[in-house]
Amino acid sequence: MPQQLEVINAGVSYGAQPVVRGVSFELARGEIGCLLGPSGCGKTSLLRAIAGFEPLSEGEILLHGRSVSRPGSTLAPEKRRVGMVFQDFALYPHLTVAQNVAFGLRGLKGRLQKKRVDELLELVDLGGRQKDYPHQLSGGQQQRVALIRAMAPRPDILLLDEPFSGLDIELREQVARQVRTILKQEEATALLVTHDQLEAFALADVIGVLGEGRLRQWDSGYDLYHKPGDRFVADFIGQGVMVPGRVTADGCVETAIGCLRGLFMQEVEAGQRVELLLRPDDVIHDDSSSFRLEVVDKVFQGAEYLYTLRLHDGSDILCLVQSHHDHAIGEAIGVRLQVEHPVTFPLQSSGNN
Amino acid sequence: MTGVPGSSRFSPWSGGVLLVALLLSIPVLVVVGYLFEPAGEVWRHLAQTVLKDYVLNSLLLMVGVAIGVLALGVSTAWLTSMCQFPGRALFEWALLLPMAIPAYIIAYTYTGLFDFAGPVQSALRSWTGWGYGDYWFPEIRSLGGAALMLSLVLYPYVYLLARAAFLSQSICVLDVSRTLGNGPWRSFFSVALPMARPAIVAGLSLALMETLADYGTVQYFGVSTFTTGIFRTWFGLNNAAAAAQLAAILLLAVFALIVLERGSRRQARYHHTTQRHQALNRFQLDWRQAGLALLICCGALLFGFLLPAGQLLWWALTTAEENLDARFLSLIGHSLLLAGGASLLALLLALFLGYGKRLHGSWPVTLAVRAAGMGYAIPGTVIAVGVMIPFAAFDNALDQWVRDHLGWSSGLLLSGTLVALLFAYLVRFLAVSLQTVEAGLGKIRPTLDEVARSLGTGSGEIVRRVHIPLLKGSLMTALLLVFVDVLKELPATLILRPFNYNTLAVRAYELASDERLADASYASLAIVMVGILPVILLSRSITRSRHAATA
Repeated sequence: MPQQLEVINAGVSYGAQPVVRGVSFELARGEIGCLLGPSGCGKTSLLRAIAGFEPLSEGEILLHGRSVSRPGSTLAPEKRRVGMVFQDFALYPHLTVAQNVAFGLRGLKGRLQKKRVDELLELVDLGGRQKDYPHQLSGGQQQRVALIRAMAPRPDILLLDEPFSGLDIELREQVARQVRTILKQEEATALLVTHDQLEAFALADVIGVLGEGRLRQWDSGYDLYHKPGDRFVADFIGQGVMVPGRVTADGCVETAIGCLRGLFMQEVEAGQRVELLLRPDDVIHDDSSSFRLEVVDKVFQGAEYLYTLRLHDGSDILCLVQSHHDHAIGEAIGVRLQVEHPVTFPLQSSGNN
Repeated sequence: MTGVPGSSRFSPWSGGVLLVALLLSIPVLVVVGYLFEPAGEVWRHLAQTVLKDYVLNSLLLMVGVAIGVLALGVSTAWLTSMCQFPGRALFEWALLLPMAIPAYIIAYTYTGLFDFAGPVQSALRSWTGWGYGDYWFPEIRSLGGAALMLSLVLYPYVYLLARAAFLSQSICVLDVSRTLGNGPWRSFFSVALPMARPAIVAGLSLALMETLADYGTVQYFGVSTFTTGIFRTWFGLNNAAAAAQLAAILLLAVFALIVLERGSRRQARYHHTTQRHQALNRFQLDWRQAGLALLICCGALLFGFLLPAGQLLWWALTTAEENLDARFLSLIGHSLLLAGGASLLALLLALFLGYGKRLHGSWPVTLAVRAAGMGYAIPGTVIAVGVMIPFAAFDNALDQWVRDHLGWSSGLLLSGTLVALLFAYLVRFLAVSLQTVEAGLGKIRPTLDEVARSLGTGSGEIVRRVHIPLLKGSLMTALLLVFVDVLKELPATLILRPFNYNTLAVRAYELASDERLADASYASLAIVMVGILPVILLSRSITRSRHAATA
């Protein structure tokens, strides 16, 4: 049984300018993937190449075992059986909600078509809105119509291009979770493109981080956060600081906060100078700890405070503390480290955040 | 439709766009070419005698029209957009009605009303007992009269653009001005007018382009301007080269106005500091101010539309028996054929160019589409000269060749046939069609195409299921606008029509020239009635945008 989507060493160029190079990943049937990265990293170009709107400059794309894109040969989007949800939703203003959803249902006629449309509208809580026009719907409702219109013909893969960026920020995570439920109910294979990691975590089974046109890591959200493969991923995902340190002869990393031991992600040699990634949740507040650091800044985040603490060597680390531990700036608080998988990178000259 | 956008390799479609643009540029290129031609004997004669008059009269006419359209257009725009008085909502669209009347037709009606034998002077004489020569009455058939006629029908250009500018600036700065204690008058002169200046200048330059292009009015009133000069030089002195040189100078003046208009529009954009609109809080006028407002708006409407239209209707009713005959029907037939044919051709070309730009938008294609739309500013007289010269040269060359080699005469294939006339209409009015089609296409975002394709829809089906339904309104508008423009067009039709081929506009002109004003009324009235259609369209879009703004 072939994978639903196989991207093999794919590259996309605009003229002589390569925007994506050497990207490889696979999606199994029913799996939800995500391409995550800052703007300009090439994620939308890659998605459009999978949809067939951009040609490949290198590599190959296979949908359900069938080769659809190679350099010099691009199967037209209308022949690929892909569904696509666009950033602006792209609903047809001259068609009703039901006609929009039925747009791609050419094989299905009459009663069967109506049944499929009604069933999908019911799925997204829009039953009864068949005869409305898109401008009569709210942004979130339009987004759901765009989603089920793409899903209606049961495509081999559903592609979503920043589908939540048109919505209010407060709504996005909630809608992303709803969409995940809908996709799972329909057993759809989907690939999402976004720059928002919380959206990616809420929706996707597996996430690929793209930076400067290359796929940096293809992993679960948990592993991207806790086991970033390179500095780019470490910087892009979550918060944290890099603390300089040195590997000792007995295999521990000596830093200004103390000596850390554990399962290292990367090969390290004794005597090597490295940087250690410290997440705010790696630093635990403990009043009984004798290791005390001065609070230089604090941000209230509701359930937690994010404290910035000053180390003795003058550098800062972050610490996430339940918000009933309210300490003033200038106060020294006790902390201890709890790092299960220490992540280290070779020392760079300028390393912060 | 090619599969992949961004691949801007040379396609047959791009080639076609370039070819169309080149063909449509021929008249302008020919006329501009005469700027570099050495001056002939006739030209020296013209320069010594009448050229000074042409320049002076054209300038004076422009000054007069400028004063007229600014006074009428800006005041009515300010009143209907910013002040509240009885009947404001009615005037908002009714003030556009004068656009339906071509300047030469309003000139005929005013001549009929105000000349010595007309109802006004007759009534004056019967009241006072004066006879001929006993009193002074302003001569309508004069340069001042021509400026007045043109102002009465051209002020809506300024009205439209100034109104839009006032409405868009209202929210951001006028409220500030009012909180600083400025009343309607001070707010107008210290804030609104300076800020709306670019828009007003753009409207003014459009009105002045029409003024320079006018032939019917100045010819009828006996005012020598460039357009009448071109006619006289060509047909009176029989000198095509000198006529083309006059046309070239006129073209330079038009280009100056285009530059002015484009520049002002660009500037006008910067003045819209916000996209936000809300329900306007209009100045409430007291009864004296409201009376003055009513007087101004009623005056513009009465003298710009009601009076001339009423006169036409009166003439038409009193001369129905003599004029409603088979000849009139054939006039309508000719006009419908020309206007319908030209608007359909213009629409097809506009679609070809518009899609060319959408699908293969490389810079040569974009530039070519732009060039194809330049003709609208160019006077019909100039276009006619620029069409006639190369077409006649082609016909003569072909005829010569056929005679020499085959021994028979090919006659006139292009010049003096409907081909030349339709071509001239396309050069002049394609811009109207193109603008409407491009605006319609612009509203179809590329993602609407891409969604359809990802749902398995091919190009033909996308056009049928997505583009045609979404473009329908724009296509109808494009057809209608060109149709009406062609119907009204006079000078190019006069020069290029086949021998004895009469249209409504030409017949009205001929009858009026024979002092048979009442007999001209049927043709004139038909033109005005059709001309009201685009005004209705325009006023509807204004009302719609107002509803959208307050929603």
